[in-house]
Amino acid sequence: MPQPLRVYKTPAIVLRQRKLGDADKIVTLYTANLGKLDAVAKGVRRVTSRLAGPVEPLSHGSFLLAHGRNLDIITQAQSIEAFQPLREDLSRLSRALYAAELVDRFTEERAENFALYRLLLDTLRRLAQRDDLDLVLRYFEMALLGQLGYRPELRQCVVCTTALEATANSWAPSAGGVVCPRCRPGETALRSLSVNALKVLRLLQGDSYADIGRLRVDPDLANEIERHLRDAIHYALERDVRSAAFVDAVRRQVRRAAARAEPGPSPS
Amino acid sequence: MNENPPAGRASATAPPVARLIEAFHRLPGIGPKSAQRLTYHLLRAPEAEARSLAQAIVELKERIILCSVCQNVTEADPCGICSDPARDRSTICVVEEPLDILALERSGGHRGLYHVLHGAISPMDGIGPEDLKVSQLVARLRKGGVNEVIMATNPNLEGEATAMYVGRLLTPLGARVTRLARGLPVGADLEYADDLTLARALEHRQEV
Repeated sequence: MPQPLRVYKTPAIVLRQRKLGDADKIVTLYTANLGKLDAVAKGVRRVTSRLAGPVEPLSHGSFLLAHGRNLDIITQAQSIEAFQPLREDLSRLSRALYAAELVDRFTEERAENFALYRLLLDTLRRLAQRDDLDLVLRYFEMALLGQLGYRPELRQCVVCTTALEATANSWAPSAGGVVCPRCRPGETALRSLSVNALKVLRLLQGDSYADIGRLRVDPDLANEIERHLRDAIHYALERDVRSAAFVDAVRRQVRRAAARAEPGPSPS
Repeated sequence: MNENPPAGRASATAPPVARLIEAFHRLPGIGPKSAQRLTYHLLRAPEAEARSLAQAIVELKERIILCSVCQNVTEADPCGICSDPARDRSTICVVEEPLDILALERSGGHRGLYHVLHGAISPMDGIGPEDLKVSQLVARLRKGGVNEVIMATNPNLEGEATAMYVGRLLTPLGARVTRLARGLPVGADLEYADDLTLARALEHRQEV
């Protein structure tokens, strides 16, 4: 009887892990050509485990897996990029975990999506290297929504399909785009959308991060865009993203530390 | 994985036996076969043995509380370590779980006090700092007298995140916050060490 290969090799990014039994863990991998899959990493909670490092969340590595009865088993793993800067800075780490959670929540097991794998890899690299962390994350969110079929409509009103004008429009996360002022009555769950926010959201839909990396966004505008994209994700997922709370907690901690460092006249 | 309770058909097993098998099966690391074996062992064992096990389980839930100082599980409050006059009160070692204290005590390397967080920050599981015993630790430091806090959380992503977050919270309170070193396990071969551990071991190398 012809049998499939007993072992296979794939590059993958570790999204998360959970404990299994005494010393094992179930590791969720996002692989380059098999999509998301769960696999067992044996003995990784022991100090002497060679596997423990490469199966840490947010590691990019090369994995050798064996077909198991229930879940496949990781037999060997070698780290390609450990993203050390992500692990040493809470601002980077919290955002990287958020990105990994989004990929985990938005995908089904064994549904191949190489573009998404690339997007996550590029995002982790940017989060490890760049300083415009929030912009990196906004670009990731917009690209993720686009790749999974939730691309927000930012050129025309989602109700009357007329082209949007540079005026105060409304963000309609439940309708997947923007509603013009004329259609606003009668629509529910709308958020006011500033002209500048619409411009930045359109830029985020661009093809390359290089154009966005040069953008300078003031804190209020950044907040508005973050809120809009979180709303859109919430509607697409029909649930909250848990790691978002930690991103916020770390941000508050950073602000408090900055306030202590500069006891300036304005404590607001 | 196994959807059906391991007791088999209701008619094949007497209900009290089936109930105990199911109770054992719910424990971590106990599969259906082990649950059956434990149950039938108790069935044949002297009654005193079964009673003492039942008594131990009841006492566990009735008598064990968390130490109001270090949050370790204890029968007396404050716990044995916190009330020991021989221990160094100026050093607190912060761990994730009570079992970690056992490991550190076995090592004999720490003569100070402990603080148990009862978990680690795990953003994807929705476990944030507010779900851990962090505010109790902050309160201990506010009382003063603590010179050093050793973050002995696990050397994995969650443990590191916890150490960084809690460390930042404590630094303004005036104590020195340190982290356990990372490196090679005793008795291992260099050739088999993983890249990350080896890199950390090089980074934290010491004078011979």
